[in-house]
Amino acid sequence: MSDTHAHSIAFVRETEIPPAPPPAGETGPVKWLRENLFSNAVNSALTIAALLVIYLLLSKTLPWLLNGVWTTSSLAECREVLQGKTGACFSVLTERWNQLLYGFKYPSDQYWRPNLALVLLLFAIAPVLFFDLPRKLLAFTAVYPFLAFWLIWGGTILAPIVALVGFVAGAFVFQTYGKSSFAVGFFGAIAAAFAVWIIGGMLIPDGASDNAMLQAVPSRDLGGFMLNLMLGVTCVSLSLPLGIALALGRQSDMPLIKWICVVFIEFVRGVPLITLLFVASVMLAYFFPPESTVDLFLRVVIMITMFSAAYIAEVIRGGLAALPKGQYEAADSLGLDYPQAMRLIILPQALKISIPGIVNVAVGLFKDTTLVSVISMFDLVGMIRGPILASTEWNGVYWELLGFAALLFFVVCYGISQYSQWLERRLATDHR
Amino acid sequence: MKKSVILGAMTFAGLAAGAASAGTLDDVKARGKLNCGVTTGLVGFAAPNANGEWEGFDVAVCRAVAAAVLGDSSAVEFVPTTGKTRFTALASGEIDMLARNTTWTFSRDVDLKFEFVGVNYYDGQGFMVPKELGVSSAKELDGATVCIQTGTTTELNLADFFRSNNISYEPVPIETNAEAQQQYLAGACDVYTTDASGLAATRATFDDPAGHVILPEIISKEPLGPLVRHGDHEWGDVVRWSLMALIAAEELGVTSANLSEMAAGTENPEINRLLGTEGTLGEMLGLSADWGKNAIAAQGNYGEIFAKNIGEDTPVGLARGLNAQWTEGGLLYAPPFR
Repeated sequence: MSDTHAHSIAFVRETEIPPAPPPAGETGPVKWLRENLFSNAVNSALTIAALLVIYLLLSKTLPWLLNGVWTTSSLAECREVLQGKTGACFSVLTERWNQLLYGFKYPSDQYWRPNLALVLLLFAIAPVLFFDLPRKLLAFTAVYPFLAFWLIWGGTILAPIVALVGFVAGAFVFQTYGKSSFAVGFFGAIAAAFAVWIIGGMLIPDGASDNAMLQAVPSRDLGGFMLNLMLGVTCVSLSLPLGIALALGRQSDMPLIKWICVVFIEFVRGVPLITLLFVASVMLAYFFPPESTVDLFLRVVIMITMFSAAYIAEVIRGGLAALPKGQYEAADSLGLDYPQAMRLIILPQALKISIPGIVNVAVGLFKDTTLVSVISMFDLVGMIRGPILASTEWNGVYWELLGFAALLFFVVCYGISQYSQWLERRLATDHR
Repeated sequence: MKKSVILGAMTFAGLAAGAASAGTLDDVKARGKLNCGVTTGLVGFAAPNANGEWEGFDVAVCRAVAAAVLGDSSAVEFVPTTGKTRFTALASGEIDMLARNTTWTFSRDVDLKFEFVGVNYYDGQGFMVPKELGVSSAKELDGATVCIQTGTTTELNLADFFRSNNISYEPVPIETNAEAQQQYLAGACDVYTTDASGLAATRATFDDPAGHVILPEIISKEPLGPLVRHGDHEWGDVVRWSLMALIAAEELGVTSANLSEMAAGTENPEINRLLGTEGTLGEMLGLSADWGKNAIAAQGNYGEIFAKNIGEDTPVGLARGLNAQWTEGGLLYAPPFR
C-alpha cells in the first residue's frame, strides 16, 4: 500500500510525534490548586477566607508556642522572662510534671512501678487487640491484672495471689460441672472463688503489708493521668463482658433475667454519671459501718463500669437486632445449643456490627473519667483544678495546663479510634 | 486489673473509714492520725506544694490540732473535699474535723447538726474594679456589669446591696473563680465580686495587679472557721481550744521563736497555764500537759500563720483588718485560759 502512494504523497510520517508537555495549567500543583481550591468564584473566595483564618490563628498561636518559657519556677518569673511579650508559660508542665502524671502523693521513688505496669499493659493487651498474635500470650494477659495490682498498690504479694487462686478455683469448678449443668457450674464457681478468698484472707497475717517488698500505696494517694488511665482501662475491660451479658439477658426468654436486665439498663441509663459518682463517694459512706467501707477507687470503678455497661449493652443489642433471623435459625438447624450458637454464630457477627458503637462508648468513658475530679479525686483535671491552680506559684495558668490535658487525652482517644478502624478493615468479610 | 480491685477492697477496707462513734478524741488517739477535711485547693488557705505536702492557713489549724492531740503536727491525713462533698464527709465520720474556709451560718450550725468551734478568718464580700474605671466606692457602681458566681450566697448579697442603695446593675453569671478571672480580664464585666480574700488572691495572679483596686465596702459577713459534728463536745472542746491557743499565743506574745524559752516558765501565769507549766488545763481536755505548747510549735502562733500563708508579704497579700487582735482593733478575742 505504501508503494501505491509513494509518488503521489509528498511526505509520510513514519514515527509518532513525541508527546508535547501538557499545558502549564493542566498539570502538577497548579492543576490541583485550580481544580480543588479555585474552581469557581465561590470556591476561590472561600479558599482565600480560609487562608486568612489560618493565618490569623497561626499568627496568634505560633509566637505563643515558640516563645514558651520552660525553665522558670513560678508564673511571676515567667512574666519577668517574657517582659510583656506573647509567650506560653510551659514551666508549669516541667515543674509539676510528676504531679500531672502520678498525682501529688504517690511516693516519688516508686514511680517506676506504675511505669512498669503501663509497659506490661501493652504486652498484656496486645494478644487481645491483635488476634493474629500467638494465643499462648493470653496466659500473660490473665495474670496481668494481679501483677498490675501488686505493682501499683504494693503491699503484700499474698493478696493478689489469693485473688488469682480464687479465680482459678472458680474457673476449675465451672470447667468440671458447667458441662452438665450451667447453673450448678456458675454458682459453684462463685462459691468456690469466695471460699478461697475468705480462707485466703484469713491466712494473710495482719500487717503483712507493712514490711512488704513493695511499699503499700493506698488508693487515696493515686492521681494524675495515671488515675485516668487506670480507671479507663479497668472500666472498659470490665464493662465489655458485662455489657454483652446484659444485652443477651435482655433478649432472654426467661422473664426474671430479662426483667432484671431491662430494669438495670434503663435505670442506669436514665441517671447522670455524676449522680452515680456522688452516690459512690458520699452516700455509700452512710450505708457502711464506719470501720469497714469499700475503697473509694473500687466504688468509683463499680459505678463507671455499671454506667458504661448499660450503654454497651444497648449498642450490642443493636448489633444483635441487625442480624437476620436466618442466622439464629441456621444455628438452631445445625443442632447447636444456646452457648454454642451465641459463641460461634451470633456474637461474632453482632459484635462486628457493633464495633463503632462500642468504641464510641469506650472513648466517651475514658473522657468521663475526668468527672471523678468533682468527688475530690485528683485525676489529671483534678490535679490541675485543685492543687496546681491553687498554688501561689501557678495560680492563673490555664491554657498551658488544660491544653496539655487535652493533648494527652487526644493521643489516647485517637489511638483507640485508629485501632477500631483497623479492626473493622481486618474483620471485613463482605466482598466489596 | 479488673479482678485486682476486688481484692483491693479487702486489702484497703477501712482505710477511708472514719470514726462516727461516741468519742472522736479516743478514736483519733487510737488511730494515731487526725483525718482533717480541707479544700481541694485554694490559694493561701490549702494546697499541696511541689513536694506534695499540704500548706496553707486552714491546713495550719489541722496541724495545730494534730500537734495538740497527738504531739505530732505531721500526723494528719488531709482529706480533700469539694464544696459539695464537705458536709457529708464530716457527717458520715470520714473526717474528724473540717477546716475548709466554711462560713458559719445559722442553718449550717443548727440544721445540718454541726458545731463551729470558732472563727479563724473574718471574711466578707467585696468588689474589685480596674483602676482606670476611676471608681472609689461601690455606691458609684450604678449601671455596672458585675461578674458573679451563681448559686452562692454572694449572689444574694449582691442583689440586697444594690437594692438597698437603690442603684442598678447587670449580672454576668459565671460558674467558677477561674472563669471569673478570665471574664473579668477580658472586659466582659466592669466589676468582679466574691469574698475579699478571694479577690486578693485572684488579683495576685494578674499580670498587672496594681491596675486593679478592691473597693473599701464589705457587704456581707463571712466568718470562716473549723467545724466538727454536733454532739461530741469533748472533741469540739479540743478543736476549739487548740484554735484559741494559737490566737491567745499571739496576744500573749508567744511565738515559735521564744516558745521553748517561755515553756520553761514565765512571770505571766496565763502563759504558764497555756503552755502547761502551771495548772491542769491539758488534763481537763483529756490531753497531755504540753498540748498548748505543741499546738503553737506546729506552725507558730496565729499571727505567724497568717503572715506566712496569706499575709502582706505573700502573693495573696491580705492585710490583717478584722483579723487583728482585739487589742489592735480587730475581732480576734480568745477567752481566758483559766
